[in-house]
Amino acid sequence: MIINHPLLGPRDSAEFVYLGAAALMDRPDPETASAEDWHDYAYLRDNPAGPHRELWFHEGGDRSILIVTRDTTTHEITGVELAREVASK
Amino acid sequence: MHDLTPITALGGSAARVDSVGDVTLTEVPDVALASVAARRRQEAACAQTLERLLGTAVPLPGYAAEGAEYAAFWTGPDQWMLSADFNGYEDVAARIKAEVGDRASVTEQTDAWVCFDLVGGRINAVLELLCNVDLTRFETGRATRTSIHHLGCYVISTNAGQSVRILGPRASADSLHHAITTAMASAL
Repeated sequence: MIINHPLLGPRDSAEFVYLGAAALMDRPDPETASAEDWHDYAYLRDNPAGPHRELWFHEGGDRSILIVTRDTTTHEITGVELAREVASK
Repeated sequence: MHDLTPITALGGSAARVDSVGDVTLTEVPDVALASVAARRRQEAACAQTLERLLGTAVPLPGYAAEGAEYAAFWTGPDQWMLSADFNGYEDVAARIKAEVGDRASVTEQTDAWVCFDLVGGRINAVLELLCNVDLTRFETGRATRTSIHHLGCYVISTNAGQSVRILGPRASADSLHHAITTAMASAL
């Protein structure tokens, strides 16, 4: 599988480490979150058959974290963004 | 006063040189290194300062640049590694910090890395055994991080197909040296 890094171009997926669903970026606010919010954040995941937004860490490269939109049934990658850019939006 | 004997990363008193066929691997001990990471919202100001230090544009993602005093390569978004001749720039991190001030965080890296120059007409045959760098796109001035022998290394193309500089973790200098010389022996 090849991931088209937004800055470095196509790179082999062996250079990356999978970090889970992109929803992990939306951490509950520690000041206001309830126990239930934390339970949802820590344990509950969607398991879609189709497009899935997920975090890939470029461990063997520039160490940026990417948000990769991957179809879980075909492995087709339809979008790659830098997580830092998404987070700063 | 201590009376200490300086040694290279491979433990010798002089830089190690290994040749197989027309390809030569040379240990380069006299490189001073410092990493520079721009602080948030200071990215443009930091790049401007580095441009002045380098005397040339800061390297874009996947590239290296060479100035009169300093050379640099891109290591990540708004992050670079700067190098200089160890003789005269032993205090490279302090010198750069004095220039960039609060615009960036500077970390001394000199003794964290072992540096090799791999030179010769058939280095690509060696590199394709060692790492997954796309050699057809690895023109002069490109630089990338990659895995060699399970070690995270930087590879800089100093002359496409003719010479590269390899920076690897100094604590694994012998392992990296072993990997490269083994690849040279089998490829050439």
